[in-house]
Parts: sequence; C-alpha cells; structure tokens
Amino acid sequence: MGLEQKLGNMGVVTTTLETAINWGRTNAMWPMLFGLACCAIEMISTVMPQNDLSRFGMELMRASPRQSDLMIVAGRVSRKMAPVLRRLYDQMPDPKWVIAMGDCASCGGIFNNYAIVQGVDEVVPVDVYVAGCPPRPEALLYGILTLHEKVKRETMKDWA
Amino acid sequence: MTHAEKTVAALKEKFGDVIEQVIHFRGETSVGVRPEGVIEVLRFLKESPDLRYTFLANLTAFDDWPEEPRFNVIYQLREMSLPADFRVQVRVHGDAPELPTATGVYLNANWHEREVYDMFGLTFTGHPDLRRILMPSDWQGHPLRKDYPLGYEEVEFTFNFKEIEKKKPYAKE
Repeated sequence: MGLEQKLGNMGVVTTTLETAINWGRTNAMWPMLFGLACCAIEMISTVMPQNDLSRFGMELMRASPRQSDLMIVAGRVSRKMAPVLRRLYDQMPDPKWVIAMGDCASCGGIFNNYAIVQGVDEVVPVDVYVAGCPPRPEALLYGILTLHEKVKRETMKDWA
Repeated sequence: MTHAEKTVAALKEKFGDVIEQVIHFRGETSVGVRPEGVIEVLRFLKESPDLRYTFLANLTAFDDWPEEPRFNVIYQLREMSLPADFRVQVRVHGDAPELPTATGVYLNANWHEREVYDMFGLTFTGHPDLRRILMPSDWQGHPLRKDYPLGYEEVEFTFNFKEIEKKKPYAKE
C-alpha cells in the first residue's frame, strides 16, 4: 500500500521539494508596481475588489524593488526611463519575473519613434507578454496566472 | 481700442525698425520681431505701466525647414488684470541658431529655453544653465527639428519576422 492512500490517517503529505517551493512562490508573489502610462490604471483596477488580485496571493503592490519578485511593466518605456527600469530590475532579489503589460511594453505599440523603447525585452528579460491597449484587468489576471503556470514548471536545474 | 491694439501702437512708436510684421488671426495678435531687439521689446512689454505683460505664459518654437529663416521662437505673454494675451514671434536663421536669453526679463524663461534648446538646438546666449531638460544628457541631435530622423523601427510581420528577429537587441539575464 502506498503512502498516499493513508493520508487521511497520517496527516502527512508527501511531495517533491520543487513542487513545495513553487507552490510557495506562486501563492506569495509580490509584484512591484511599475506604472508608466494608461496601463497602470488597469493594473490598479486589477488589485481593486472587483477583480481582487489578492485571491492569488498578491495582496499589495510594493513600491520597493527589494521587497518584490514580479515586475509588471505597465506602459511605454521611454529611452530615458530604460536605464531606471534596468536598475530597478537589478535591485530585485532572485527569483524574479517580468510581465510586459500592454502593447507598448511588449513591442512599442503605436509609438514607433526615437523616444520609446521598442519592447521592454530590449532592456530586461520578459516572461509573459500581455496584449491589449490597454489590456483589461481580466487579461492581466490571465497573464499572471500564465506566469504562475510557468513558475510551477520550474525545476531545481533551472535554479542552479 | 483693445489692449492688443494699444500694445501694437506702443511697440510701433518705440521700436519701429525692430518690428517685422503684425499678424492678426482669429482675434489674436502677434508681432514679429527681429532677433537683435527681442529682449528690449520683452522688457518694455513687461515694465511699461500701460501694458503690464508681467507673465510669460509660454516660450516655445517651431521649425519651418527647409525654408529660411527656419526657426520661429514664440513668446506668449499675459496681462493678468484684464486679462489680455499677446504673442511675440522671432524668426531665427538656421546657420547660426542663436538668441539672447530672456531669463533677465522673465525668470521662468529658464526651463522653457532649456526645452527649446533641447528640442531644436537653439542656443540662448547668456543663459545661466543651458542643459538638456527632456532628453537624456548624452543624446545626439535635437528631435523636434524637421530634418531629424524619426528613429523608426521596422514593424514585424510574418514575411520579415526572421530577419528583424535577428537584429532585435534582446536583453540578457
């Protein structure tokens, strides 16, 4: 008889270390607010009660990079802002993830000119792109849940 | 006689040779002034007890390239008690884009002139702190000039996806 079938009696759950760690990481992910433009409004309303991001363990946005592990780049990044973005990313402790929210952060959007970085992936490595101009809160939520799926698939080999 | 008409009459009487033209458009009055006389005109408009244009509402410019003189610097003045608006316009040649600074007359011209310098490359002689204000300090060129390249990046479609993807500067970890 396997151990699993006795769970009810024993009060013990067996799992792998990776699953336990990833479970913890996905359910206590602390996003850093990086609102740069109109997408920030949608990001704010994602946290508000109607969509309620805290259902997924993201109680509040941190304004400090040292306390956060998820950077949501919401809005267009100008060339002057790009070094700041990279610096804040470098200040975040590992493990860290980036969501490019909206068309401007993903690929430059409608701003195809000298002043705007054509996609934030030129500055920081991006995990999930959320399309939309701006994306609705549901789209951002879906992007975050997609990131959760990605985090859950991480193995010890990736961390090394 | 409106306040603007009074202003134009006073300017013509005092600075007849410096005034290039008077433009009336949709109830607004502008006066074109030669570059060498602009500071005296502004000082007169501000300090004359009859005119009292004590507030520099805006200082900006536009580019008429390829026509010469290509730069037009615009001083938007306001008389606060009536209130009344008045515009002083200066055309600057592209060979030597230089103007005397207006910071001695209006203190708030400081940042406005820095913006015009940043965007158009006009040098304001005598300015206390002429640095870039909007663009990064190591930026090359002046973006609002009409002959400045737009910095356009080619848009990715299915047919050219691979060749653009090769050139795209992705960030490393």
